[in-house]
Amino acid sequence: MNERIKKLKEQSSNSQAVLSIERAKLITEFYKKTKEIKLSKPVERALAFKYILENKKICINEFELIVGERGSFPKDTPTYPEICIHSIQDLKKINDREKINFKVNKEAMKLQNELIIPFWKENSIREIIFEKMDANWKNAYDAGVFTEFMEQRAPGHTVLDNKIYKKGLLDFRKEILKNIEKINNINDSEAQYKKEELNAMIIAIDAIINFAKKHSKKATQLAQQEKNLIRKNELEQISRICDKVPAKPPETFWEALQYYWFIHLGVIIELNTWDSFNPGRLDQHLYPFYIKDIKKGILTKDKAKELLQTFWIKFNNQPAPPKVGVTAKESNTYTDFCLVNLGGLNKLGENTVNELTYLILDVIEEMRLLQPSSMIQVSEKTPDLLLRRALKIIKTGFGQPSIFNSESIIKELVRQGKSIKDARNGGASGCVESGAFGKESYILTGYFNLVKILELTLNNGIDPFIGKRIGLATGKPDDFLSYNDLFNAYKKQLKYFIDIKIKGNRIIEQLWSKNLPAPFMSIFIDDCIKNAKDYNSGGARYNTTYIQGVGLGTITDSLTSIKYNIFDKKIITMNELIKAIKNNYKGYEKIENDLIYNTPKYGNDEDYPDEILKQIFQIFFKLIDGRDNTKGGKYRINLLPTTSHIYFGSKVGATPDGRKSKNPLSEGISPVQGADIKGPTAVIKSASKIDQIKTGGTLLNQKFTPQIFDKEENIDKIIALIRSYFRLNGHHIQFNVVTANTLKKAQKDPVKYKDLIVRVAGYSDYFINLTLELQNEIIKRTEQIIS
Amino acid sequence: MNEGIIFDVKRYAINDGPGIRTTVFFKGCPLNCWWCHNPEGINSKIEKFNKKDTVGYNLNVKDIINEILKDHIFYNESGGGVTFSGGEPLLQINFLHSILIECKKNNLNTAIDTCGYSTIDNIDKIYDKVDLFLFDLKFINEKEHLKYTGKSNKIIIKNLIYLSNKGKKVQIRIPLIPNITDTSENLLSIKQFIDKLRYIDEICLLPYNKYAEVKIAKFKLNSKIKKLSTQTDKKLNQIKKIFDSKKYKVKVGG
Repeated sequence: MNERIKKLKEQSSNSQAVLSIERAKLITEFYKKTKEIKLSKPVERALAFKYILENKKICINEFELIVGERGSFPKDTPTYPEICIHSIQDLKKINDREKINFKVNKEAMKLQNELIIPFWKENSIREIIFEKMDANWKNAYDAGVFTEFMEQRAPGHTVLDNKIYKKGLLDFRKEILKNIEKINNINDSEAQYKKEELNAMIIAIDAIINFAKKHSKKATQLAQQEKNLIRKNELEQISRICDKVPAKPPETFWEALQYYWFIHLGVIIELNTWDSFNPGRLDQHLYPFYIKDIKKGILTKDKAKELLQTFWIKFNNQPAPPKVGVTAKESNTYTDFCLVNLGGLNKLGENTVNELTYLILDVIEEMRLLQPSSMIQVSEKTPDLLLRRALKIIKTGFGQPSIFNSESIIKELVRQGKSIKDARNGGASGCVESGAFGKESYILTGYFNLVKILELTLNNGIDPFIGKRIGLATGKPDDFLSYNDLFNAYKKQLKYFIDIKIKGNRIIEQLWSKNLPAPFMSIFIDDCIKNAKDYNSGGARYNTTYIQGVGLGTITDSLTSIKYNIFDKKIITMNELIKAIKNNYKGYEKIENDLIYNTPKYGNDEDYPDEILKQIFQIFFKLIDGRDNTKGGKYRINLLPTTSHIYFGSKVGATPDGRKSKNPLSEGISPVQGADIKGPTAVIKSASKIDQIKTGGTLLNQKFTPQIFDKEENIDKIIALIRSYFRLNGHHIQFNVVTANTLKKAQKDPVKYKDLIVRVAGYSDYFINLTLELQNEIIKRTEQIIS
Repeated sequence: MNEGIIFDVKRYAINDGPGIRTTVFFKGCPLNCWWCHNPEGINSKIEKFNKKDTVGYNLNVKDIINEILKDHIFYNESGGGVTFSGGEPLLQINFLHSILIECKKNNLNTAIDTCGYSTIDNIDKIYDKVDLFLFDLKFINEKEHLKYTGKSNKIIIKNLIYLSNKGKKVQIRIPLIPNITDTSENLLSIKQFIDKLRYIDEICLLPYNKYAEVKIAKFKLNSKIKKLSTQTDKKLNQIKKIFDSKKYKVKVGG
């Protein structure tokens, strides 16, 4: 790492996240000014976007080569009052909280209080959503049955394909103008809407080009003042590049990176989309530029690496916008889930791994930043060398790059109806979510607490936490004469709450479509231009809506426990179990011990619990998969938690698997923490008993002690482990290479371990930034010690 | 014989031969080494150590094979297979033989981790169904051997020569017990002996680990060894140098 990168990294890592009031102030000004003018929604949004870009501060940091910040400086993080208004209490809390805080200065407080809150009150989409939801939805939401992704962040999960590297925005502009001309004004009933949407895209294009040109001017000014000749020359280059891209197509490696970065900034300034934004298959997109520049002699390997490193810093400078309420609990991190994809197959099904893939891995290893997150796609055609290289980084305990199965991703996407070409050009984004890059809107709508449903079933639909009925009356525990009786009741409750969630989703999807279109982002996702339809209204080629199941391990072990201990072996009665649960196992330690140690558990390659796992997976799948969303697409499931397994756990009392009240649920499709005692092959066999191809992503984490990675031949065995999982259609696997002992030490002495990074769920985070509950959950995960 | 006594089946065993393996531990061993890694496996009967821990259980061939086959895909992917260890697997020769027949029907790679204290007949019986012998060698000096393992090493040495003459893949495993087997005198005599053998594939030097001490404490066993510490990397390198040879590979660890 050279001096420049060291300084930039230091600056990025050491900056405190700050709440920026700039965007909120500008958008409020804009809406005040245009109050009397009647504008269509898309045009209004595009003009607001233009206003922000015209008036926001332009920032070019010292030393950097890729320029542009979302805020006024690194980690200056805006708010989006049209989506979520932070109350003064929220801001105080965000400022004061020990972890994942954002400093809020006096001016921001004042503006929030005097300008922003009064203007947006009752008009943010968050308030509208909560206002429109019925009592059933609210009860379920409050009880922790499900969460709602779109209540304070915009629909996202957009990943770019390679289109921007071939065309400049002026080319997009021409295409849009042509499409406007093509609209049939007489026979197309949507003609007016279509025109407005396309006009909005034109406004947004002009806005971002001007924004880039402002950077060009600023760079020229800085160059004039610069005394160091080398830096002067760099600034002149930056100026030239920002004058050229994104208006015109990029011709060099540097131009391609800067082009992407402007598009990235545009998307995350327009709205606070989930999973920030993502360049997708970066090694593939950049490779032609890399080779061309090297041949021409205008780029060296070192220079390419340096450019990539400054590009990496830009991502790390943009924390996820400050979250509040349940969303802060389910996704409690600065990370904004941009996931760079490396490797995989091309549209012809050929291996894509190239020299740049390895160079980017060097960058990931050296930078060791939380953002952007990274992954490798491993196909049967991928050489072991790539896995070996990736494992060398993973063994440092960084949790990156994560490892994905290309064949599974492709099979999943094809099952959902995508073309093989679009599927092969796809990958995973966010944590583990499969998508057709550049062509799909795949929206995660909320986590779903599979374990809470059992608690409600065992309480005849009443939530024991509040003593209020929120579910169906499906019978008292005594009424269940067989395991099937219980399971049928569970199924009824599950259907009831999934229906509530989907009913809410329909309203919320349409609210976003109507109130907050995203004309800028829509430019980049096929076929929004062709359809003259917004990303948020179903303009994309594929429109998928997801519900994410959480607590698969805990629910499997809980149902297994009931079937095994009550109905099959008759070790305890239902009454005893219910009493033990009500008392949180206090005074029932013998029962608790049997439930934990003498009951079959998921994760050990045993058919007894694993059959129940399959049963639960199948009903969750059947109740959701294939249902229509409001955008012409379908509902699908995936299985991942971010940090919701902690939040959901806090909403569920003791469970029949021996878990104590309010303790975390299991994470992803990983077994219950500590329940998998037969080693990693058994975990993999168990996890692959669910038909993962029917999901849009699953998440399996394993904790290995660092010693396993010490020997070269053990690395071969880890590679074989991964390859075997993938042959069994496993979607994703990642390793936490750390001992519980180290983690315990870090809890005691956080300052000393401030750089310790761990794999949480589908992302990595600084250990000391995690809540205590989450820290403890990770410590409790089974440590695969190989003796 | 269709049934035998096993005390553990360990999956994802990565130190008991090539690739990812499942190791089946047979209960009972003719030796009684001071440092035994699995002291609870020495006695050939099922033992109840305390309220919670009973070591050993009867298992039939069919169940063992089913358990082994669970990880078939991992063996295929890694070039692994199944290892029979213990205890001493050759002590339950008929049971072992029945299992090996089934393993070969399923095209599995097989390894036997043996202390070498057995009869030539036993070795002959299973010979063509075993792909790799992991042969433990502790001392060349008979007195020392008798002192630390309870048995003479004459048969062991004879068997090792027999196996190496047959040309079967043999990996010699030397447990490095501080100041007991890891003395330069002992190691040099082992080296001299090995160099005279006809065919040897690999030498594995097994650094001392505390696993035995943990088990001794857990099962409240009498122990003749005091707390020992693992060899340093420097020391291991010195030992490795002793064995440097063009005839066979030498590695540290299983």
